[in-house]
Amino acid sequence: MIWRVTVSATQHPLAKGLVAAAPFAGVNGLYGCDIYRLYHLQYDGDQSAIEHFCRELLVDEVIDQLWINDSPPSRGRSIEVCFHAGVNDNEAREVERAAVLHGINGLRAATSWRYDLIGDLDDEAVSIIGQRFLANDTIEHWREGTINVGFASDTSAKQQVTQIPLAHLSDTELAEVSQVRLLSLDVTEMRVIQNHFTNLGREPSDAELETLAQTWSEHCVHKTFNANIELTHLKADGQKVISHHNGLLGALRQVTQELNPWWLRSAFVDDAGIVCFDDEFDVAIKVETHNHPSALEPFGGANTGVGGVVRDILGVSARPIACTNVLCFGPQDIDYDALASPLLHPRQIKEGVVAGIADYGNKLGLPTIAGAVLYDHKYIANPLVYCGAIGLLRKGVHRNQVQVGDRVVCIGGRVGRDGIHGATFSSANLDANAIEQAGAAVQIGDPITQKGCIEVVVQASEAGLYNAITDCGAGGLSSAIGEMGKQLGVEVDLAKVPLKYPGLLPWEIWISEAQERMVLAVPAHSLAALTQICEDHEVELSNIGCFTNSGELVVYYGERKAIELSMDFLHEGLPQQTMTATWREQKSSKVSLPPLRDEVLLELLAHPDVASKEEIVRRYDHEVRSSSVVRPFVGKYGDGPADAAVIKPLGTHQSPQALVVSCGLCPRVGTLDPYTMSLLAIDEAVRNLVAVGGDPQRVALLDNFCWADPTKHLQLGALVRAVQGCVDGSRRYAMPFISGKDSLYNEFAGQAIPPTLLITALGVVPDLHRALDSAGMSVGDDLWLVGHGSDALGGSIADSHYALGATAVPQALTDPLPRYLSVHSLITDKLISAAHDCSDGGIAVALAEMAIGAVCGVSVDVPADGHDAFTALVNEGAGRLVLAAPRSNRGKVAQRLARHGRLVGKVIEEAQIRLNVVDEVGKTIDRVDVALAAARDAFTNGGSW
Amino acid sequence: MVTKPPILIPYAAGTNRDGDALLAVELAGGEPILVSMKALRENKKTFGEHAGVLLPGGFSYGDALGAGQKLALELRHFFAQELAELVSAGKPVLGICNGFQALVKAGLLPSSPENGSAHNERQVTLAHNKSGNFECRWVTLRVASTMCRSWLSPIQGSLIRCPVAHGEGRLMTTSDTATTALFKNGLVAFTYLENGAAESSSEDVKEAQGSYPANPNGSVGDIAGICDHSGAVVGLMPHPENHVMGWQCPNRGAGFSGLPLFETFVEAAR
Repeated sequence: MIWRVTVSATQHPLAKGLVAAAPFAGVNGLYGCDIYRLYHLQYDGDQSAIEHFCRELLVDEVIDQLWINDSPPSRGRSIEVCFHAGVNDNEAREVERAAVLHGINGLRAATSWRYDLIGDLDDEAVSIIGQRFLANDTIEHWREGTINVGFASDTSAKQQVTQIPLAHLSDTELAEVSQVRLLSLDVTEMRVIQNHFTNLGREPSDAELETLAQTWSEHCVHKTFNANIELTHLKADGQKVISHHNGLLGALRQVTQELNPWWLRSAFVDDAGIVCFDDEFDVAIKVETHNHPSALEPFGGANTGVGGVVRDILGVSARPIACTNVLCFGPQDIDYDALASPLLHPRQIKEGVVAGIADYGNKLGLPTIAGAVLYDHKYIANPLVYCGAIGLLRKGVHRNQVQVGDRVVCIGGRVGRDGIHGATFSSANLDANAIEQAGAAVQIGDPITQKGCIEVVVQASEAGLYNAITDCGAGGLSSAIGEMGKQLGVEVDLAKVPLKYPGLLPWEIWISEAQERMVLAVPAHSLAALTQICEDHEVELSNIGCFTNSGELVVYYGERKAIELSMDFLHEGLPQQTMTATWREQKSSKVSLPPLRDEVLLELLAHPDVASKEEIVRRYDHEVRSSSVVRPFVGKYGDGPADAAVIKPLGTHQSPQALVVSCGLCPRVGTLDPYTMSLLAIDEAVRNLVAVGGDPQRVALLDNFCWADPTKHLQLGALVRAVQGCVDGSRRYAMPFISGKDSLYNEFAGQAIPPTLLITALGVVPDLHRALDSAGMSVGDDLWLVGHGSDALGGSIADSHYALGATAVPQALTDPLPRYLSVHSLITDKLISAAHDCSDGGIAVALAEMAIGAVCGVSVDVPADGHDAFTALVNEGAGRLVLAAPRSNRGKVAQRLARHGRLVGKVIEEAQIRLNVVDEVGKTIDRVDVALAAARDAFTNGGSW
Repeated sequence: MVTKPPILIPYAAGTNRDGDALLAVELAGGEPILVSMKALRENKKTFGEHAGVLLPGGFSYGDALGAGQKLALELRHFFAQELAELVSAGKPVLGICNGFQALVKAGLLPSSPENGSAHNERQVTLAHNKSGNFECRWVTLRVASTMCRSWLSPIQGSLIRCPVAHGEGRLMTTSDTATTALFKNGLVAFTYLENGAAESSSEDVKEAQGSYPANPNGSVGDIAGICDHSGAVVGLMPHPENHVMGWQCPNRGAGFSGLPLFETFVEAAR
């Protein structure tokens, strides 16, 4: 029978949030909400045993109550919400496991929620709350009243393999096959497949076609970044320049090869880039995006985004030690009614994404140490979720050479229908139809299973139990095993893959993107040892095949053959794309500026991009692993923003080095000039890194391009320009790119995101005790300004806030390294007490942020450098830092900085932020004078809702 | 040579501050021994063969059924006897964050098995933070000076700066009477202090009086941690193991390290 257990959740935080959020969706009559957790337990054994079990496990009777096969009366209108069949229900799984431990065998569990909505609510209000707040129909369904959760009855697995006739299809029909099966292959690609099978004299199976679609997807093979592109560059002066770009990715790799510094271990090869850390350890880093899934199911999308990038780190045999994330959302205050169906409100997306990141990172025990949050209208339909992960590996433990005869071993989670077509789905534009079809592409993660995988992989790598490893990401087993067996050949039996539930077709098992799985190539003699480690950590292992020397990918389901593809065709058969791009330079125009008032500083501090992100970031654990040296918030009360994160990894205390990671991005510049955006984003990441003590000669860069539809010529033109910017930047800063990723087709109903390049910089602080933050200054310290401002306000916060319409963007630095080396030497020799970079909101915001963190005032003569006072304070010119140094070091600091820096003011006791803009003879031309308390209030409360 | 008392650090799937706890015990002069709950269940190792037990932080079993709930069930079901023996032998037991939640939900805190308090008479629990969110921030704690008896007594009255990092750390009781009894019976071991307490030069720093974020989760009576009647079992939500070296503190080297707590713990295990 099925036992229905209801548990009150009186302290559940959602109730309060729901009441607060409902008015934003036009529901004004909701006064309260009683929440209940429901457990549906299928069990035919002893009644008293199960009652006892429920009371012990499912309720905390100090604060809550429990009902078995009985329901508390509702004080309002009751809604129940449950998962669609097949969505991960981690809680139900833990109930089942606990039951087994306590001698209750054969129990099956499912969970759901009951919400009693209290207030003055009509049917429409109930429906709005149900649809918009309580259930996400991508993964859940809801109804008013009771839902009886069903349990799938055991049916034998389907062994069916279907032939897909292509031989005589026209181009239109081929396109239709691609569309109906969600393959995201274009007609040219479909024709190549058609010809291949015609030559073989047979039709492809469903599994073969799916394998090709996965392997050839934009997501897996980066068609655009490997395409041959003709760019027509229309200059502002009317000149037209045509150039050819054979492989954008190749151009980036080439600079890395040219630079090839001694500390570089591995770039663009495996799942993550690797650099040297100290004598004993190397460091791996990877940044991914999970944009499309997060638009549909923010919690699950961001959750699995973190999970995926952490597995990339495991894929190079490193122990994950920290996470980063950068988020771009729509404005939080837009009207619900202005949203096109079926989009979620940006606020709901933000809440879900933040909760998803927190859930996964916190549960894995990884500190989330760095990132950024941006808001813009262009991200309403396509939010961006960048997830990064860093790992530590002992030198020499990572192996990636598969040997003939190695077993194909999967560890971790089981396979369900979840995530099917994730790779192909993320390679298409979002539209309402795609959202409906791709429901299965989004899933909920299971960090606890992944935690087990981490422990297994770390132990197995140190014991040398495998010859190669990769994560099961986009495309599932098809991509992971297809890639590992590329040079040799492989044979797999899908009947040996453990399933979450029966009824999956062989091709579904093969491409399912069920999470928390790794694939290892294990020599037969190491299998027993690996099995033992898995048992110790309660991680499931399955031995599903063998690497061969046949050059073929052969996949069976039991006796039935599902796939027989040559590795050569699978990996080399995809024709290179030829694409056309156009870039049109903007003419710069004169803008009229608002008058300078004290409020300008407060308004910029309260701008959503500038204002404190504490409300989000404190939901992430940034202390676990005992490694944080410079954390996201600094200063006496922990409310000043840090430039970058510094960590001293657990287990590396024999060396003085610490790790530093920072970010740079400026999408508003990208809309105007994508080439300069790349250089400015690199500069921002480097400035941030140098400000906390990172060595400018030990910096590795990562690129993550989020773009709109690259088949549109102007979009592709912007992409080519941005890549050129990265290539030139990498050379100019002498910092190699070691890993990168692109997420294209971020468009919804013709609305494109701005070109958004995230630069992540990874470096080394030579001595953790010399790491610095932006709030370490004391009253009486000198304030120094490094670099000069710009009169170009295009892409700045001021431009966005005051709608100036500026088109000219700040110039990139031509010779950036000398200034950063001189700043670094000041830090290494302990001559300065604080450093902060000038970015969003210019020098005015930078000085205010330092004052807020340090809880003291500043009095500064800001050099106008020939510009008007407003521009001097808010421009976001490249290469600028504010430094604080004890007065006694003035001579040394002046000598070291030489032409790179100027003495501009001092730290004062009086709690005021005094900024005088002065001309070249030191005469004040205008000023801003704001109380520290007002600045703090604008910064901490102005943008947080 | 001084011997290092073997300290058991049990971990379950989802435990994640075991490495942090290990480092703290090591620096405090103990010999940390990580053992999985599975190995303990299978009797490959026992609680009794160790000189002390430290239940570390994390999300045991994903906290899927409430924080520490499933780990608590395991402690009660499989190890009630062993733990009772350990406690009556006067060996120290320390639960941090998730370990604390499990000790409370297992009925081991504030009661101890020896005074026979059954699970369903529990009067204390740890609920969702009042803010509704997971909170990661540094707080200042005072080791209570009014404890009945505990291995903590050598450091009673001292201050500790360390972070909290939890979603379910709000100490709640069944009634005001139950809260008063915690204080009266000397079972309150740690309290949250007002903002700026660690920076204050005054001798007379005050409790947070429920103010956020000094009391980060809305715990009654600013209670951050409690002990049992015997004084052997101690638990707290914050993470003193994350401040055992000077550079780990945001205001570097400002003192109020968590290390003395672990030194006292290891000393009690000798």
